[in-house]
Amino acid sequence: MAGAILRRVTPTTASPRVAPLPLPLPVPLLARGVSDSTDAITVSTSVPFKSHIVDPPPREATTSARELLAFFRDMSLMRRAEIAADSLYKAKLIRGFCHLYDGQEAVAVGMEAAITRADAITTAYRDHCLYLARGGDLVAAFAELMGRRDGCSRGKGGSMHFYKRDANFFGGHGIVGAQVPLGCGIAFAQRYRKEGTVTFDLYGDGAANQGQLFEALNMAALWKLPVVLVCENNHYGMGTAEWRASKSPAYYKRGDYVPGLKVDGMDVLAVKQACKFAKEHVLESGPIILEMDTYRYHGHSMSDPGSTYRTRDEIAGIRQERDPIERVRKLILAHEFATAQELKDMEKELRKQVDAAIAKAKESPMPDPSELFTNVYVNDCGLESFGVDRKVVRTVLP
Amino acid sequence: MTTAFSLRAAAPATAPCAGVRSTSAARVVPVSAAPAGRGRMVARAAVAAKADAPSSAVAGKSDGHEVLLFEALREALIEEMKLDPTVCVFGEDVGHYGGSYKVTKGLADMFGDLRVLDTPIAENSFTGMGVGAGMKGLRPVVEGMNMGFLLLAYNQISNNCGMLHYTSGGQFKIPVVIRGPGGVGRQLGAEHSQRLESYFQSIPGLQMVACSTPYNAKGLMKAAIRSENPVVLFEHVLLYNLKEKIPDEEYVLCLEEAEMVRPGVHVTILTYSRMRYHVMQAAKTLVNKGYDPEVIDIRSLKPFDLHTIGNSIKKTHRVLIVEECMRTGGIGASLRSAIIDNFWDYLDAPIMCLSSQDVPTPYAATLEDATVVQPAQIVAAVEQICQ
Repeated sequence: MAGAILRRVTPTTASPRVAPLPLPLPVPLLARGVSDSTDAITVSTSVPFKSHIVDPPPREATTSARELLAFFRDMSLMRRAEIAADSLYKAKLIRGFCHLYDGQEAVAVGMEAAITRADAITTAYRDHCLYLARGGDLVAAFAELMGRRDGCSRGKGGSMHFYKRDANFFGGHGIVGAQVPLGCGIAFAQRYRKEGTVTFDLYGDGAANQGQLFEALNMAALWKLPVVLVCENNHYGMGTAEWRASKSPAYYKRGDYVPGLKVDGMDVLAVKQACKFAKEHVLESGPIILEMDTYRYHGHSMSDPGSTYRTRDEIAGIRQERDPIERVRKLILAHEFATAQELKDMEKELRKQVDAAIAKAKESPMPDPSELFTNVYVNDCGLESFGVDRKVVRTVLP
Repeated sequence: MTTAFSLRAAAPATAPCAGVRSTSAARVVPVSAAPAGRGRMVARAAVAAKADAPSSAVAGKSDGHEVLLFEALREALIEEMKLDPTVCVFGEDVGHYGGSYKVTKGLADMFGDLRVLDTPIAENSFTGMGVGAGMKGLRPVVEGMNMGFLLLAYNQISNNCGMLHYTSGGQFKIPVVIRGPGGVGRQLGAEHSQRLESYFQSIPGLQMVACSTPYNAKGLMKAAIRSENPVVLFEHVLLYNLKEKIPDEEYVLCLEEAEMVRPGVHVTILTYSRMRYHVMQAAKTLVNKGYDPEVIDIRSLKPFDLHTIGNSIKKTHRVLIVEECMRTGGIGASLRSAIIDNFWDYLDAPIMCLSSQDVPTPYAATLEDATVVQPAQIVAAVEQICQ
């Protein structure tokens, strides 16, 4: 339980069409005054939705105390986890590329709230929080980042290759844009098998200029595939601002014949509203593009300071005005679903959870040297090796 | 129902496919109309010819029927699509048009437009879609109208198709078949005469096979579709109209096994795809000159069937590789290294490798002929090796 976050629901392999109810908050986190009410309240999204060749959904989103607190908890956990990953990277426990999601949590959390585990999600390399949102284990996530045996990909994938098959999370891809046709293929299979589920195919503003995206969009529209293309527009493709890379940064309009919606990606309720709308839309009419207007506080990756192409004022300004967690905190306090102190205590508790998960992950050993050769082929097909001569010079690692 | 045993006697004891399912000697087991879905068997072991019998397609219970190679591929596709509803075909002009080489002719009428999907000209993304669909439980057969066009999909084939099983720690399998005609044709020009086996061979996680006769085309296609691994099936533009009698009974070949074409004692000639026919032509001349070459169609380009190849080298001690891909970084280069690493002590002469020239395939007929290996060169090479 220490590792699992978010809703703590069981994967919905058994009954794909029924959204599982979230389990109640565990007792330690329920302080005296924290509301667990499921009474519906209506909240207006920060801005109205802008749309392209489709009627946008209304601004009024329904939610409840329980849901808002779950949002707060989930996003805070993600925020904490990403910041912890930053420290681990600087301590050289995480190597290679590490792309952090802090600032963008609302997209992952809002999307998850609108769909079921039978729906599929695929994304690029900024995938840690999507993995957690899909019910991924915190310990497995950190272990994977550190390349340990208990990692979610057995230590062989790394930061950019998180997957969770039983939750229909299809990763985790390093090449910009390559996951977009993959997501359309998943949607194709969903349509082929008449599952009544949809695929959320995430990509960034940088990937929005990839040719394969337009190829995939064309096919998705042609065959009415149930795919929602979600452009997580954090306005910078690594170091290049969107206006320097795209002739038209209105990514929600670039589908041309495919409808689009522009969503404030820092408002979790707007994201949830848009994703619900999108899911219904694609099951009826084929693909739609959701442009999530979001922001990442960190640079593109840990190798990028993130300050050479944007000002610290800009980053601070977004944090001040649009931070997704602060927005939910204000909402909770305004409705008196919890006190400021209770929320702070919740955050402290989550911090402990994250630290405990990291400690546990650190105990996990490196993968066994034989793991170098496993999973190259399924069942290794009777092959013991995968060189052309079926032999490998087995390296004995020190 | 009696199980009709095939066509060939048992292969040597430790057949390459032993690890798959049967530990007994290799044989073809016709698969009865098993229920579609997970419970079905993967390709069983195979058809290696008896050492002293040439490979011929039919010695089965019934007479068999004559087909052209493209029809054999088609039969395989139809049989597999009937057996397993998750098998589907993606490609340009595969549906209504029937396939540019008629491999999928009539399939769209039989199975519908969703299962035989006409894609727009977007190799990168429809290959990616095939991989995604494979991850989600379908078994797509992705056709490149010409293998060369699949270079556009190289990223999807290499990074996604080949590697996702590994990078996901074994969670996802990608049971796709990527197929299409390649090789040097009749003055098709440089860009339509590509041999991609040399480019794909280093991609970890992929299996590669090359068919050369109607018999092995059908068997390998079925095996590739049933395999849980991504398989690239190399067909050849000039071989689609080869005619051969193939069994009426169902059969599946082993993906990893080589085919003994002509047993012999003086030299082992390793080849695949179209060059097999140049080699056999040269073999006629060689026999007249008193040589007895052993010709093996390696079929499995990745991994190599070093078992069959090794047994041959232990007998003949001389090796000639005849391939159609370029000299640089080609299949022959890898095969040569593999043989040196494993069978050095058995060699009495340096391994010779005849490959195509490292040039873009020219249009002019005479130049194009000079680009690929011709029978006369093969004869000369054997004479040199056997000195």
